[in-house]
Amino acid sequence: MSELQQNFKTVITSEHKMFDLHLRETFEYRDLIVLFVKRDFTALYKQTILGPLWAIIQPLLTTIVFTVIFGSLARLTTADTSGDFIIPGFLFYMSGNICWSYFSGVLNATSNTFLNNRATMGKVYYPRLVSPISTALSQLISFGIQFSMFLVFYSFFWMKGGTSIRVTPMLLIIPLLILQMAVLSVGCGIIISSVTTKYRDLAMLVGFGLQLWQYGSPIAYGMSMISDRIPSLMWLYMLNPITPIITTFRFAMFGFGYFNLTFYLVSWIISIAIFVIGLVQFSKIERTFMDTI
Amino acid sequence: MNDVMIKIDSVSKIYTLGQIGGTSLRDELQRRKAKRKGLDDPTKKIGSKTYQVGEKFKALDNISFEVKRGERIGIIGHNGAGKSTLLKLLSRVTAPTSGEIGLNGRIASMLEVGTGFHPELTGRENIYMNGAILGMTKSEIDRKMEDIIEFSECRQFIDTPVKRYSSGMYVKLAFSVAAHLDSEIMIMDEVLAVGDMTFQKKCMEKMKNVSEQENRTILYVSHNMNTVRQLCEKCVVLDHGTVAFIGDVEKAISIYLGISTSQRLYYDCDTLPREKIVDGGIHMRSVELLELTEPTIDYSGDFTIRIVYRANKHYDNLMFRMIVFSEQGTPVGMTASKDSIHAINGENRVDLRFHLGSLATGLYRGRVVMYEVNEYGAEILHDVVHDAVTFFKDNSKSYTNTTIAWKQNVWGNIEFPETEVIKCENGSC
Repeated sequence: MSELQQNFKTVITSEHKMFDLHLRETFEYRDLIVLFVKRDFTALYKQTILGPLWAIIQPLLTTIVFTVIFGSLARLTTADTSGDFIIPGFLFYMSGNICWSYFSGVLNATSNTFLNNRATMGKVYYPRLVSPISTALSQLISFGIQFSMFLVFYSFFWMKGGTSIRVTPMLLIIPLLILQMAVLSVGCGIIISSVTTKYRDLAMLVGFGLQLWQYGSPIAYGMSMISDRIPSLMWLYMLNPITPIITTFRFAMFGFGYFNLTFYLVSWIISIAIFVIGLVQFSKIERTFMDTI
Repeated sequence: MNDVMIKIDSVSKIYTLGQIGGTSLRDELQRRKAKRKGLDDPTKKIGSKTYQVGEKFKALDNISFEVKRGERIGIIGHNGAGKSTLLKLLSRVTAPTSGEIGLNGRIASMLEVGTGFHPELTGRENIYMNGAILGMTKSEIDRKMEDIIEFSECRQFIDTPVKRYSSGMYVKLAFSVAAHLDSEIMIMDEVLAVGDMTFQKKCMEKMKNVSEQENRTILYVSHNMNTVRQLCEKCVVLDHGTVAFIGDVEKAISIYLGISTSQRLYYDCDTLPREKIVDGGIHMRSVELLELTEPTIDYSGDFTIRIVYRANKHYDNLMFRMIVFSEQGTPVGMTASKDSIHAINGENRVDLRFHLGSLATGLYRGRVVMYEVNEYGAEILHDVVHDAVTFFKDNSKSYTNTTIAWKQNVWGNIEFPETEVIKCENGSC
């Protein structure tokens, strides 16, 4: 320990320890996180007549489009497992869409953390992690609104009857699933944001990559499409960490479907691994990104 | 309690010159490929002079100094001396390449006013926003809210989105937040160069007050020597990434000005700004300060310049005058030749002697004018060259400067001759 470290509260050095993640400091800036969330949310809907209703309109329209194109025209299956379960297509697509829109929204926004905030970050220090965290939280508000909309339709179909929807204790896993989506999307986002400080190319790919990723996940179609047709590649398909999250989400909501504990745990491991790699990378880049961005 | 608030210990910051990164991966690969084959950089603009890729530039070169509690330090230096880099390192925007910086206490960096202001949010919301970015907690801001609004003089508009603010109001509000921070160390990068004069003055007073009453440490970077004089009690002069001087403000300023005038005695007039004059019959070629080794003039104020000029015909009644400008660009005075100058068609030379003894200590620039008075008494300008001479007047040997430093901002630019004490009477008269 140098003489400086003994006598001074803060020491700025050229050296960087790999796991120096500023987590405690980030916690001290929690007021800033709250303010960022508020700012993002209010600024987004300032001078709009419908305001936060816009958060509903977008996934609602997507769901309708999915119902018409993938459901009525392409007639893709909406079953996650083979069996005699009846599920309204509308509800099926909506459940996948709100999860995906949260996941992709956070990933998209956090992948631009350094680029979008360079004006502020170039002038003043605050723990840089504050930005992606507040992004994940402000998107969570939109998700909350969308989830409430989903619950309205859900109870409508449930009360109407004629479906196989069952309310089970599995519902309690929903918060855990949301947390996992946040961890995974922030992890991916901050990795991309760290890499794109020098080369912007990857940022161009994000939009396209997300679209591909969406088709690689069971959102527009049911899991049984994969498990019935190419069962041998099932394990590969399930390595996509978002897949078990979405199928488990549907399993928890509808009371039937596909749930595999092993794949689910693997998905957690991958999510956490990505998150930790992201944190390490992020805290390494944040020290000098202003010189290369 | 440790009294040293900031300790900078052999800190260097090295930037890599030339185009690296910041472009795209493809460019980088092309460049590497070309380099391997020994070809020119294919992504380089043709004809542009770029530095060798990978060449290092030391923005800060092994800097060390300490700042104690309650000190107000000015950091001065010409462009590129490393001032901003130093502030960036201190405010943790970027990390040093080598060396360590120790800080005792919270730092509020105001490298810019209104960092994090969002145009859609109201003044009040932005106070919270900006305060939090600068490191205040919500309860702290709540406590200071009234003071901040009061200081900003924007109470009437506080619940209006800041995008509707005038730039002056915007700056006032932003500065008010920064001025009410509770941090032990404040870093400012010319933020006071904004707002109207009264508000600037108010800010200065405020900064001085918090430093004196609450024993806060202030680091202030500016090119405006007057504000440095007003606020600081000590100065660091940076030059090409190294510390050239630490200590007394006036001494530091004169060193800085010496560095920035770069000891010029000879001026080629064609490189200087000059007034466009139709039918100017005279073209000044060069101005040279004679008999001096550096452009510093002692308190007597006597010095000689030589002007080389070209005339397009014979002149009998040419006149010369020089307008002296202060460092801030305000005219201080004028001196003119009494006798006329004779010029012949072609190259001419004239030596002129000045007596500027009443100029106070400081940096001055002279605008030289050659003109003619015609038979009706009207003036015809022939050539006007701006900044033709730059000199430092050093009155350290004059009667006033033996005891006190000249306060340019209070006393102006003229030091009149000594006041004589002619009669002293004591007791009842």
